Amino acid sequence: MANAVSYNHGLTLIQNAFLRIPMSDTPVNNSKRTWIIASGCAGAVGGIAAAVPFVSSMLPSEKAKAAGAAVEADISGIKPGEKLTVEWRGKPVWIVRRTPEQLAALPKLDPQLADPLSLRKPSETPEYARNGWRSRKPEIFVAVGICTHLGCSPSDKFNPGPQPSLPDDWQGGFFCPCHGSTFDMAGRVFKNVPAPDNLEVPPYMFLSDSKLLIGEDKKA
Amino acid sequence: MAEFKEISPNANGGEKLMNWVDNRFPATKLFKEHMSEYYAPKNFNIWYIFGSLSLLVLVIQIVTGIFLVMHYKPDAALAFGSVEYIMRDVPWGWLIRYMHSTGASAFFVVVYLHMFRGLMYGSYRKPRELVWLFGCAIFLALMAEAFMGYLLPWGQMSFWGAQVIVNLFSAIPFIGPDLALLIRGDFVVGDATLNRFFAFHVIAVPLVLLGLVVAHIIALHEVGSNNPDGIEIKANKGPDGVPLDGIPFHPYYSVHDIFAVSMFLFVFTAIVFFAPEMGGYFLEYNNFIPADPFQTPLHIAPVWYFTPFYTLLRAVTSEMMYVLIACVVVGTALAVAKAKIPALFKGLIVGAALAVVAMMMAIDAKFWGVVAMGGGVVILFFLPWLDNSPVKSIRYRPTWHKYLYAAFVINFFVIGYLGTQPVSEIAGRISQAGTLFYFGFFILMPWWSRLGTFKPVPSRVTFTAH
Repeated sequence: MANAVSYNHGLTLIQNAFLRIPMSDTPVNNSKRTWIIASGCAGAVGGIAAAVPFVSSMLPSEKAKAAGAAVEADISGIKPGEKLTVEWRGKPVWIVRRTPEQLAALPKLDPQLADPLSLRKPSETPEYARNGWRSRKPEIFVAVGICTHLGCSPSDKFNPGPQPSLPDDWQGGFFCPCHGSTFDMAGRVFKNVPAPDNLEVPPYMFLSDSKLLIGEDKKA
Repeated sequence: MAEFKEISPNANGGEKLMNWVDNRFPATKLFKEHMSEYYAPKNFNIWYIFGSLSLLVLVIQIVTGIFLVMHYKPDAALAFGSVEYIMRDVPWGWLIRYMHSTGASAFFVVVYLHMFRGLMYGSYRKPRELVWLFGCAIFLALMAEAFMGYLLPWGQMSFWGAQVIVNLFSAIPFIGPDLALLIRGDFVVGDATLNRFFAFHVIAVPLVLLGLVVAHIIALHEVGSNNPDGIEIKANKGPDGVPLDGIPFHPYYSVHDIFAVSMFLFVFTAIVFFAPEMGGYFLEYNNFIPADPFQTPLHIAPVWYFTPFYTLLRAVTSEMMYVLIACVVVGTALAVAKAKIPALFKGLIVGAALAVVAMMMAIDAKFWGVVAMGGGVVILFFLPWLDNSPVKSIRYRPTWHKYLYAAFVINFFVIGYLGTQPVSEIAGRISQAGTLFYFGFFILMPWWSRLGTFKPVPSRVTFTAH
C-alpha cells in the first residue's frame, strides 16, 4: 500500500504546517510551513484577481454609458399647471409650467420642508436652480421624476386641499405612492417622510423660449 | 474505505446487482443512514410535514422552471410578451406557469410554517444550531430567488418592485450608489438588470439553494430530529442501540409524508386551477401591465411573503429614529445598571452605544429602514443563542409564553397585512408599534425566556398509539 503511505505523509505535512495536530513525532518544518503559507497567499491573490473581470462585467456597459446624451424638449405646448415628461438617461424628466398661485405658495412652505435650500446634496441642484423656485425661469420647473427614497416615480397632486394620503393643508406638489414621500411644486421634500432629499434637478438650458435642452448646461 | 464484499454465487440477480453497486458506491449504506435506519421520534404531529413539503415544492419549482425557460425570453422588449405567449399559445403553458407562480407562494407558506414549528418546539437549540443556521440561509436564498424571479414577467410590479429593492442598496453609506449600479448594470432597472436576474434566478441561486438543502438535511440527520416534547430521544436507547422512542423514517414517516403530500396537492391544485391570482396576493393585478419606467403604479406593494419585512422598512421614519435612539439609550443604561459583567465590558457597551447613536443621528432614516428590514431576517439566525429557556418545547413553558408566541404570530400577520396597504397616518403608527414588538420579541428573549414557572419535562415522549 505504497499510495496510502505517501497519502498519510502528505496529510501529516499539511497538518504540521497548519493545524498543529500531532499526527507523528515529526517536528514542524518551518521552512515548508512558510512556503505553504506563501503559496496559499499567492493563490488567494490570483483568485481575487480572477474575480475582478467577472465583477466588472456587471458594471454598466459602454452602450449603457453612451445612452446618456442630452435631449431636446419643445415646451411651447405646456399650459400653466401642466406637466410634460421626457426621457433622459432612461429616467423620466418632468417639465412643469407652474401657475402664479403655485409659485406664490412656495416661500410659505419653507418651515414644513426638510431641506428648503437644497443644501444637503448641492450636486443634485445646479447653481442656477439654487433659488426659491429651484429653476432657471420661475414658472418652468425641471426635475428628474424619481423619488430620492427608493426610486419610484411620484405622481402629480397639483390640486390644493385635503385628499387621501396627503395633509389637509396641501398646497399642491408630488406624492410618491411607494412610501408616501411628499414634495412641493419645486420638488422640495417635506419633513418626516421617508425621502431624505429634494428631487434632483438635471442640468438643462433654454435653447429658445420654447426649446429646452436637458442633460447639458455648459454652453449657456 | 470499506472492504470489498464477496457475495454467495447462489444469491439472486437483484442481490448480486446491489452488491456490485455497494462495492463501488454506498447506495445501501446511504439508504439505511437516511431512510430505513434513520430513527425519528414517534410523536411527530402535523407540524412535522412541512419539511418534506418544502422539498416537494422545491422539486415542483425546478421542474416547472425548466419548462418555462424553454419559452421565456429574458429581454426587456420581449419578456412580457413571452410570458403572455406561454399563457396563451404554448400547449399547457398556462398550467406550468401557474404551477410555478403558485409554487412560489406555496414555498413561503410551507417554509413559514416549518420555521414556526422550530420556534414552538425549540428545534434550533443545542445540538441543532447548524440545522437552524442552514435553514435560515435557505430562507435568505429563497427570498433572493423569489425577488429576482418576480422581475422576469417584466410587468409594472416586477419593474417597480425591483427598482425599490435595488435602490435599498444605494442607501448604504459610501459604497451604496456604486453597489446599486453594479446590481442593476445600468442607471435604472433595464434590460441588463433583467438579463442578470434571469441568470441568478435560473442558475446561481438554485445551485446555492440545493447545496444548502443538502447541508440542512445532513446536519439534521447527524443530530437527529427534535420533537414536540423537545426531548432527546437518543438519551433513551434500547439494547440494540436504537432510541426507544424512535421509529425508522422509512417506512413510517415516508408513508406519513406521502399522505401529507396528497393532502397538500389537493390544496395546491385547487389554487392552481381556481384561484392562481389569489385575489391579487399571488399575482398582483398591476403585473398584468407591461413595465413602464415613467409611470409608477399608484399603489405598489411587494408580494405577500415579503410584506412583513417591507413594513419594517417603511416603519423607520426620521421620527421613529428618535424612538430607536431612546431604545438604545435605555438598553445601555439597563446593561450598565443591571448586568453582572466587569466594568471594562460596561465601558465597551457604553462606547459602542455612543457610536451607534452617533451613526443613527448622522445617517438617513432610509438607511436604517434598510437595516431594519435586513435585521428582521438576520435576527432569526441568532435565535439559538437568544433563547435561554430551560426547556425546549412550548409544551413545558409557562402558559404566558404561549400567549407571547400568539401575540408574535398576530403581530407578524398585522405587519404583513400593513405591508400590502398604502401608507396612512394610523397604519404608520401601527407599523411602528409592530416593528418594535417584532424586534423586542427577539432582542429581549434572553431575558423573558428565563422567566416564569416551567413545567417538568418527561424523560420519554408523550405518545398515544393510534
